[in-house]
Amino acid sequence: MIVIGELINGMYKDVGKAIANRETDVIQHLAEEQVRAGASVLDVSVGPYSKNPVDDMKWLVEAIQKSVSVSLSLDSTKTDVIEAGLNFAKNRAIINSTSADEDKMAVVFAMAKKYKAQVIGLAMDKSGVPNSKDQRLELAALIIAKAMDFGIGAEDLYLDPIAMPVNVAQSQGREVLEAIREFRLLSNPAPHTVIGLSNVSQRAKSRNLIDRTFLAMAIANGLDSAILDPLDKNLMDAMITSELLLNKNIYCDSFLEAYRKK
Amino acid sequence: MSIELVKEKYSGAVNTVEIGGFGSKALRIGGQTGMPFLFEEARMPNAPAVALEVLDCKPEDWPSHVISAFGGATEDPVRWAGACVSDFGAKILCVRLQSLHPDWGSGSVNEAIATLRAILTETGVPLVVVGCGDDERDNDALPKVSQAMKGENCLFGIATQTNYKTLAATCLADGHSIIAESPIDVNIAKQVNILISDMGFDPGRIVMHPTTTSLGYGMEYVYSIMERSRLAAFIGDRMLAMPFILFVGQEVWKIKEAKESRVQGINWELATAVSMIQSGGDVVVMRHPEAAQSVMKYVDTIMSGGRK
Repeated sequence: MIVIGELINGMYKDVGKAIANRETDVIQHLAEEQVRAGASVLDVSVGPYSKNPVDDMKWLVEAIQKSVSVSLSLDSTKTDVIEAGLNFAKNRAIINSTSADEDKMAVVFAMAKKYKAQVIGLAMDKSGVPNSKDQRLELAALIIAKAMDFGIGAEDLYLDPIAMPVNVAQSQGREVLEAIREFRLLSNPAPHTVIGLSNVSQRAKSRNLIDRTFLAMAIANGLDSAILDPLDKNLMDAMITSELLLNKNIYCDSFLEAYRKK
Repeated sequence: MSIELVKEKYSGAVNTVEIGGFGSKALRIGGQTGMPFLFEEARMPNAPAVALEVLDCKPEDWPSHVISAFGGATEDPVRWAGACVSDFGAKILCVRLQSLHPDWGSGSVNEAIATLRAILTETGVPLVVVGCGDDERDNDALPKVSQAMKGENCLFGIATQTNYKTLAATCLADGHSIIAESPIDVNIAKQVNILISDMGFDPGRIVMHPTTTSLGYGMEYVYSIMERSRLAAFIGDRMLAMPFILFVGQEVWKIKEAKESRVQGINWELATAVSMIQSGGDVVVMRHPEAAQSVMKYVDTIMSGGRK
């Protein structure tokens, strides 16, 4: 499972403040903690309140890379902000993200090609998030086809079916899970699948419980990466246990510890 | 029409373990990045090692046609060890401290240590040292033996899921590697490795004994456990990435087929050892020198790509 740590995001108050005041130690601490907890990629977002997102992204990438050496998922709706991150990323980065809109894909895939980056493709377009699995599949197929036009293989794509909050779109849970299963059949080699896990519990009660239950269900449907909070130990335990039950790792009595020693 | 071979590529590797220190010629085992002898798809930097087994006392219960192969040298463990190296070409020895066992007279630890030291002086080869098999006696004696061999970088055994702490602590203190045993069970194998490494023991100094059986007695099951364990190691399971040691001689020479005829016994040990090496064995511990020599030749031939 590829764990993409979500905590370096200017949307969070402390992180937003740390970015504004250039508090390197706060960001580096968050980076180190997430990697220690099992993140193999860190999501980096300057957040919605950044006054100078290009500079902030550059600063974040440099600060993080001074303390950890994992790949970064550069998270922005603005392509110039992503490119600022790509310019300074030492490892192969992930662009987070493109929608299935032609114009957006053209820009993002050209950039991915130039910087040899991987791409998160959202199964949505200008008309919004689809309501059904089949519509999600159509958009996912469009993304794969467009990526191929740019010489980007499906193995470098992370397709996101867009998990919806359970308290407003309860019917979408099943559609998303089925989409995950079928996305993987769209090409050979299969694309990665990813979800922004915390979406599913937004504004709901018992968020952690909802998140980890959905994660287990998604993994059972073939999910192989997720953007989540790796410091949520129960969530990580559920992830490890799900993979164990799917025979991805050999059981032993200390299986949680064994996974973390990997 | 040419046939294209399917080649597997893995990201992981088996740990390399070095046995032998000052005064002995160190031997490296493990380090492979794929299944045995598939040189087209994986690296296999170290040849499987054939260790001859000697006891620190007379091998009272060994079949006569094993004992006679040493021409009387088994009367004295040091001469016996010397013959293994100089006459039969062993590059590593396994010394079993059988004399310590309550059923064998509960011999003194100091004598066992003296024998072991003399063997090291006589042969200069790396040593695998295993206890007598009685947990209580081994837990009392092995720390003293380990301390006496400090710096010699031996491979000490045998730790199990229910008895590992004493041996692991003493090996850690004295700089030896350790054998972790499991009863033909990959889940327990992984667990023992974790338990030992939780004590601060470097996983890179653990060698696994998956338990051995002999040809005709469920060897295929041992193979399947070894295969499963290895495939996990190659995709990155660090808690199963240890080299394997297999006590082939101990298993073969207790079965009736081996005991009843010299030639059949030698062939039985040879066939079992070769099968275990083909299953991924990194060290096979053998008893009959002729069988061992044949296996050494086999390893030599196959490691040279059949050119020898």
